[in-house]
Amino acid sequence: MRKFALIAVPYAWLLALFLIPFLIVFKVSLSDTALAIPPYTPTLKDGFGALIDGLDLENFWFLTTDDLYYKAYLSSLQIALLSTFLTLLVGYPMAYGMARAPEEWRATLMMLVILPFWTSFLIRVYAWVGILSNEGLLNQLLLWVGVINEPLTILNTNTAVYIGIVYTYLPFMILPIYAALDRMDDSLIEAAEDLGCSRLTAFWLVTVPLSKNGIVAGCFLVFIPALGEFVIPSLLGGSGTLMIGKVLFEEFFNNRDWPVASAVAVILLLILIVPIVLFQRNQQKQAEAEQ
Amino acid sequence: MKRLSAFNITALTLGFAFLYLPMILLVIYSFNASKLVTVWAGFSTQWYGELLRDEAFLDAAWVTLQVAVISSTIATVLGTMAAYVLVNFGRFFGRTLFSGMIYAPLVMPEVITGLSLLLLFIGIGLDRGILTIVLAHTTFSMCYVSVVVSSRLISFDRALEEAALDLGCNRFDAFRLVTLPIIAPAVISGWLLAFTLSLDDLVIASFVAGPSSTTLPIKIWSAVRLGVTPEINALSTIMIAVVTVGVITASLISKRNAVAAQRDAQAAERAE
Repeated sequence: MRKFALIAVPYAWLLALFLIPFLIVFKVSLSDTALAIPPYTPTLKDGFGALIDGLDLENFWFLTTDDLYYKAYLSSLQIALLSTFLTLLVGYPMAYGMARAPEEWRATLMMLVILPFWTSFLIRVYAWVGILSNEGLLNQLLLWVGVINEPLTILNTNTAVYIGIVYTYLPFMILPIYAALDRMDDSLIEAAEDLGCSRLTAFWLVTVPLSKNGIVAGCFLVFIPALGEFVIPSLLGGSGTLMIGKVLFEEFFNNRDWPVASAVAVILLLILIVPIVLFQRNQQKQAEAEQ
Repeated sequence: MKRLSAFNITALTLGFAFLYLPMILLVIYSFNASKLVTVWAGFSTQWYGELLRDEAFLDAAWVTLQVAVISSTIATVLGTMAAYVLVNFGRFFGRTLFSGMIYAPLVMPEVITGLSLLLLFIGIGLDRGILTIVLAHTTFSMCYVSVVVSSRLISFDRALEEAALDLGCNRFDAFRLVTLPIIAPAVISGWLLAFTLSLDDLVIASFVAGPSSTTLPIKIWSAVRLGVTPEINALSTIMIAVVTVGVITASLISKRNAVAAQRDAQAAERAE
């Protein structure tokens, strides 16, 4: 009996506040916009039969007719992919350096990587506004050094979005790669070098393949949240930055078109299922390999 | 013997500079006397004063703190229960759905979580306010708590709990007296994580907050959309300082505990 209660309480909570809300989104995505409160039709008040009759795929058709939406999905994918790759380029050398650092430094280096994660995400993104703007600190520095003659426009462009994503998600990339490199047996590198590999060849042929699981995990941990990102493109991106999280937010709050916003959410989730399943598989494989 | 090459040192230096310079600059410019945030005009703490006199900010901070304390506490209880069920109960009806619902919110885009909860609250006619934010925050943070706690529970030796049961404890007492003290560090870090996530959340709160329950991130958001302001720099500095002190204290305590545990283990070995 007690066992049942232990299962039932968190189960019921998640059913009521996670699964059912999601089913409602799905239902609203099949409804029509209406000038009412809530602004869609049909609702449960119309009776169950009318509810079923009133649902259709019209909003999904609408998404295919207006190229704003597919452009936003494609551009989100592109931004998420490229920024994941950039995060890997910045994160791998850092994780590698941490794994080779003296034992007594490692706890401190670890804490330095984790600390930004506890700091407000919004504030970390906001910090870049003052750096990247036209009168910002970066432009002041570059003008002062004399590299450029007039300020570069970085804020409100996609470049700023890339910088923002790399910056905020860097710890997610470093930690799994560091964990993989830390477990690695150093004598393997020595063996490769004894057998005539140069240091660089040993790195490519031994270190990188052995840290593959960490790389894959880190890439998914950056790619998945970056795809639906809202804060970074809204704060650092410009009017030309199309990302689906931003489109959804604006569709809902500015246009008050709840059915279309719901349809956008359903499609975003369908796109996310692929990387999420791949990520789960990678984690499972890794867990099995450790046993 | 590992050696740090020049390349390693450069990567670490540049990498950490990239991670920390923006925040350091933010802190420095919060003490700028000028209203123009990018022009340095001497040291001043006037923005901190203005911030502390701004009623709207103080109200938002109070709402945020209430929501964070309540939601992280409920989330810790629910998340620990969920972790216990997932790790110790083996198979039961609906287990796959249960573990799916624990892991899905971790990867769900915030815009979708926010939208779905808002549609639910409107559907059942619940007025948006502190309660709805608490419900929303509890739901996603209990999943994080459950992941943190279950990773500790997996390595927990269940024989200890069985021994307590053999010695006449009921299940609840065995949990309270044996399991809980051992998993306590994970439960505490789960609570801290839930608390931070709640303090930090902008997107979900924007959907489910009502006009009378503006949280600090919503307030910051509406200010920073218009550009950099010195008051927000001051507020950011306060938040960064609190987090830094908190994290460093927590890591010092856990280090001291680890050292003490090691000493106890060594003493126990010598006694044998």
